[in-house]
Amino acid sequence: MQLDAKIPVGPLAEKWDNHRFNLKLVNPANKRKYTIIVVGTGLAGGSAAATLAELGYNVKAFCYQDSPRRAHSIAAQGGINAAKNYPNDGDSIRRLFYDTVKGGDFRAREANVYRLAQISNNIIDQCVAQGIPFARDYGGLLANRSFGGAQVSRTFYARGQTGQQLLIGAYSALMRQVAEGKVNLLPRREMLDLVLVDGQARGIVARNLVSGEIESHAADAVVLATGGYGNAFFLSTNAMGSNVTAAFRAYKKGAFFANPCFTQIHPTCIPVHGSYQSKLTLMSESLRNDGRVWVPKKPGDSRSPEDIPESERDYFLEQKYPSFGNLVPRDVASRNAKEQCDMGKGVGDTKIAVYLDFTDAIKRDGRGIIEKKYGNLFEMYDKITADNPYETPMMIYPAVHYTMGGLWVDYDLMSTIPGLFVLGEANFSDHGANRLGASALMQGLADGYFIIPYTIGGYLNEMNSGPVTASHPEFQTAVTAVSDATNQLLSVNGKRTVDDFHKQLGKILWDYCGMSRNNQGLEKARKMIRDLRNEFRENVLIPGSDSEINQSLERAGRVADFLEFGELMVIDALARQESCGGHFNEAYQTEENEALRDDDNYCHVAAWEFTDADKEPLFHKEPLEFENVHLTQRSYK
Amino acid sequence: MTQTINVTLKIWRQNGPKEKGRFETFNAENISTDMSFLEMLDVVNEQLTRNGKIPIAFDHDCREGICGTCGAVINGRPHGPEKATTLCQLHMRKFKNGDTIAIEPFRAMAFRVIRDLVIDRSPLDEIIQAGGYISANTGGAPDANAIPIPQQTAETAMDAAACIGCGACVASCPNASAMLFTGAKISQLALLPQGRPEAAERAISMVRRMDRLGFGNCSNERECEAECPKEISITHIARMNREFLKASFFSSVK
Repeated sequence: MQLDAKIPVGPLAEKWDNHRFNLKLVNPANKRKYTIIVVGTGLAGGSAAATLAELGYNVKAFCYQDSPRRAHSIAAQGGINAAKNYPNDGDSIRRLFYDTVKGGDFRAREANVYRLAQISNNIIDQCVAQGIPFARDYGGLLANRSFGGAQVSRTFYARGQTGQQLLIGAYSALMRQVAEGKVNLLPRREMLDLVLVDGQARGIVARNLVSGEIESHAADAVVLATGGYGNAFFLSTNAMGSNVTAAFRAYKKGAFFANPCFTQIHPTCIPVHGSYQSKLTLMSESLRNDGRVWVPKKPGDSRSPEDIPESERDYFLEQKYPSFGNLVPRDVASRNAKEQCDMGKGVGDTKIAVYLDFTDAIKRDGRGIIEKKYGNLFEMYDKITADNPYETPMMIYPAVHYTMGGLWVDYDLMSTIPGLFVLGEANFSDHGANRLGASALMQGLADGYFIIPYTIGGYLNEMNSGPVTASHPEFQTAVTAVSDATNQLLSVNGKRTVDDFHKQLGKILWDYCGMSRNNQGLEKARKMIRDLRNEFRENVLIPGSDSEINQSLERAGRVADFLEFGELMVIDALARQESCGGHFNEAYQTEENEALRDDDNYCHVAAWEFTDADKEPLFHKEPLEFENVHLTQRSYK
Repeated sequence: MTQTINVTLKIWRQNGPKEKGRFETFNAENISTDMSFLEMLDVVNEQLTRNGKIPIAFDHDCREGICGTCGAVINGRPHGPEKATTLCQLHMRKFKNGDTIAIEPFRAMAFRVIRDLVIDRSPLDEIIQAGGYISANTGGAPDANAIPIPQQTAETAMDAAACIGCGACVASCPNASAMLFTGAKISQLALLPQGRPEAAERAISMVRRMDRLGFGNCSNERECEAECPKEISITHIARMNREFLKASFFSSVK
């Protein structure tokens, strides 16, 4: 199958405009005849559901949480980028576009990224109109700050809670549509299958997490905005419930999965402290604006930080990258921290951490200013570690944070299944091999507020098929399959708990498919994952039944998918014999240990097609063509 | 310093909304003081599972204090003894070896217990549905800098907007009032120029909905403010009352 991204013709800056004109409109009177299912209520799903309902469509919104306001977009701290150029420091749509393509190590689709940069400004306008209390300067105008991977200040923020404020904005808009009767809200539901009728996505099967009932929901199109798969690693900055299930089950129904090996390891997280640990906590990257990253020069130096004189400290990022310093992109910062710890220069009890030191910033600006910028982050750090960052340097270490890979989508955000659209972190399109800070919020809201409302209309105009109800036999087949799989899981009655398996899978992926990879390790990981998956099927222990709240069963379904999906990550990593962004294969690096791309052979999107359980997936390739930027070796020196 | 402690847990178990609940006792042993409270419950649940028992159901998600999903009453206090802290951010170093810890769901007439510590907080969503928004359809918003907002005003709005909707204010209130939750939203939007056009209608509609859902009234106990993990001030309740009175007397909204 030839993948067609359906990128509109014409100059880059006019593509989206032309495309919107060419998309056929749905008559307002006809919009109310269509029903759209939106799965996930984070920034992408929440904004999509609200906006589609405003336009007149009937929307069914699903989330696994008890309320749409809990989606994990809420945890984004730092901010949201836009090309407003309010600080007059040289920013423009073109620069935001360029920074994002370059930051993604030239593995994103040009046309999508340019559209994202164009829309970024509308997002800020919309959010302010919704009453989002962004930070402001004394004159009452919006404040900006700089962020990793950029040399301009283009990041809008609401203290350290930008994701929360943007999500509550989308949630409020959604609640308004619920009150208007345009959105049917279905919380505490987990999508367990996608239903296709005549090759088109026409509904989903979901488990009611309170009653256990398997429900069928029919629609004219399905939108997945179900987030990323970082929890494949067990320990990540994702919420405990974040999972790949909806996306993976769509993959099994024919949606291609693109670049699953592209995972982002975020440099500034609180280090791991014990085997009981359930998640890792991110400290916003904005901290790198004022904090200085260092380790002792001498390996094995166990003096406390204040006893190490300036001359014996290695500010390795500032040394190595004089122009970006501590603000290098996430993948570069993470890999360098790992490198220092691998050399034995790590700090803290575990020696798997580096310092992030605010002493100089506090001396320069005073404690008040630092407190205003980062107060809540410092408090959070203190709460978790019982260390006071005003007095002693923070300890940080990279952790899995975001996944750039996702279901393959075309320019309209439609997957390879007609009628199945994928938004936000769940798709693959905009961040290439590495996402820049403050770009996830931008992409989620761009997809939800400003792209899907147009492109879905074009599809509905052309779908050319009549109404389908939940009594269609395809739904019955899907319900039976889901119930059988659930009963199968419950009947194993083995010896090991679900979390026990999940932790082991996470360790395999972290060791062999994490910050740094090599072919031998990946081959080994592949076998280990297969063995673990087989053991899971014979030895998992799930208490309780399927007809009640059963949190172990919920997790078991997700982990079963991670055990299959983890292998796909490894397969993808093995197929990409180059290094780029978050995918660092040790065999491919520059003399300065930077990721070495192979643009002749790997300047493409790898899209995988499911064949059969435990069989090799089929590889498809979407070549990436860069007409407006020149491919360079990324350098942040 | 990391230590390990043993604690006795008295946990509320209830199979369903209409079933009778009871406390059950569990011993949590060798608990590292670096664990979060929920990680301690994870450890207990793993043991229960391995012993063929049904684990304790509790809601949680982000585990970094922002999603508002978790929450239980710990020794009589919502989210436990630590100020400005959600249950997921409470650490076992706040407890001593040999402590007995009572764990109950957030209780209020409007919050149904679904199972064990899991409750139904959808009435909070319903309050927001009654007007906790600005009616600005996507598209057509003016430039973000078109209306300057004094920094102090934006900061005060942000103080209110920090609410995570966990329901601790309701659980702590002797009247099970949701006034801090409702007041925070009304106050945030009333402070901002974008929220003014609908301020009167919003105040009346949200307050009425809150009453109808079975939440009690405010009698100035200030428990909500003390227990709020985001330290939302009751001055927002005062602003809500002002907006409500103003709307009742001077606006055309009925």
